[in-house]
Amino acid sequence: MKDNVIIHTEHLNKSYGKEVVLEDINIDIKKGEVIAVIGPSGCGKSTFIRTLNLLEKPTGGKIFFDDICITDKKTDIYDVLPKMGMVFQQFNLFNNMTIEKNITFAPIKHNLMSEEEAKAKAAELLERVGLSDKGNAYPSQLSGGQKQRVAIARALAMNPDIILFDEPTSALDPEMVNEVLNIMKELARGGMTMVIVTHEIGFAREVASRVLFIDDKGIKEDGTPKEVLDNPKSERLKSFLDSVL
Amino acid sequence: MKCFNKKPKKKIIFIMMLVISVFSLTGCSFKEFSDKFNDNFIKEQRYKYILDGLGNTFIITILAGLIGVFLGFILAVIRVTHDKKGSLKILNLVAKLYLTIIRGTPVMVQLMIIYYVIFASVNINKVLVAVIAFGLNSAAYVAEIIRSGIMSIDVGQFEAGHSLGLKYSTVMISIILPQALKNVLPALANEFITLLKETSISGYIGLSDLTRGGMIIRSITYEALFPLLLVAVIYLVLVVGLSSLVSKLERSLKKNER
Repeated sequence: MKDNVIIHTEHLNKSYGKEVVLEDINIDIKKGEVIAVIGPSGCGKSTFIRTLNLLEKPTGGKIFFDDICITDKKTDIYDVLPKMGMVFQQFNLFNNMTIEKNITFAPIKHNLMSEEEAKAKAAELLERVGLSDKGNAYPSQLSGGQKQRVAIARALAMNPDIILFDEPTSALDPEMVNEVLNIMKELARGGMTMVIVTHEIGFAREVASRVLFIDDKGIKEDGTPKEVLDNPKSERLKSFLDSVL
Repeated sequence: MKCFNKKPKKKIIFIMMLVISVFSLTGCSFKEFSDKFNDNFIKEQRYKYILDGLGNTFIITILAGLIGVFLGFILAVIRVTHDKKGSLKILNLVAKLYLTIIRGTPVMVQLMIIYYVIFASVNINKVLVAVIAFGLNSAAYVAEIIRSGIMSIDVGQFEAGHSLGLKYSTVMISIILPQALKNVLPALANEFITLLKETSISGYIGLSDLTRGGMIIRSITYEALFPLLLVAVIYLVLVVGLSSLVSKLERSLKKNER
């Protein structure tokens, strides 16, 4: 891994039919970075984060994870995906499984842990997200904020090298946003590499080490929160920040 | 049906109403009724036609149901996998063709083609023919039910599985299908009930099912009303019983998860 680069993209393109969503994305994501991705809705920021773990198949370009080209057809992506966690806007907990099983299912399937180890890990993670008593509950019995905290625990159970957050608080009631953001802050402090698509500019300023502004199919600004959020270079970013702040 | 199983009292009233309406349909006095009942069912052990027929109806329905679920399941997974991943092109085409033909032709015609054409030159058990015909027919409907169940599951469940590095087959078997099956359980049970009633055309290949049992008695006693009424009542009781079982199952499933 050169310079601790964990994800590296080369000329990444994504289009749906004739409609181009992302064009020529070149980026290095380094270990320990907390990257906030901001931009107007429909700009492609969700598509960007979803191409990184191949939920959306890129239509051109390459993605490297740990120097492995995951867009290469010969690569077994199921070896790589476990190292990339993802937290979704709609939580996407497995509705047919208890909270504990949601967390332990994938690590056991991948033979990362024995069942006992996985259960112990789940208990530890549930305590970390403040939901120790919910192990036997089903997702439908939880509030949105609780579901999202479980989703984070589920991602952490795989011991990932990076976690992708796709608008993790956008589907939450306002009073539940902070409980999720607090856990993410804690993760960031603990040195987890994170890419976060968010509308919470305040959170981005406080937690992120780097901010990407995506607009019009590409990354238009890239820098520290100070550079991007406080001294926007382009008119587009200025007007975007004015509209959300 | 639901209103009949909520309280036992309602069930009793329902059964009494059923008995009264059946009795009044026959339009005869109690003496006449018991004479005719004796003539149609007791004399020369004629009830055996009904019982043997009922046995065959059970066998055909259950085995055809099993074939239907098994084959329907495979068809549904082929169709969904093609739609979601774009693979299995040829299998999907075969499945589509199969569904179109089976659902586009009457089951009676299918039954007769299988008996009089496909197995024409083979000496084969008629029950087996019926099991195959109804099983193949039911599979097409079951396939569409299960497919709609899978399609009703939020795509986020697939995406979460993918993001955890789980293979498509694992996600399908451990996450999607359990949820899909739970959602379509009532529809599947209805398909089973439909199947039970549809087997009443088995007589067209000379097979003694429940309906034909009644028809045989009719041909002996020249009395249509009694045997056919009994046949109808037996079907009705079976269907009502199955329906109430299904709603019980549904309720217990709901309690478990939601």
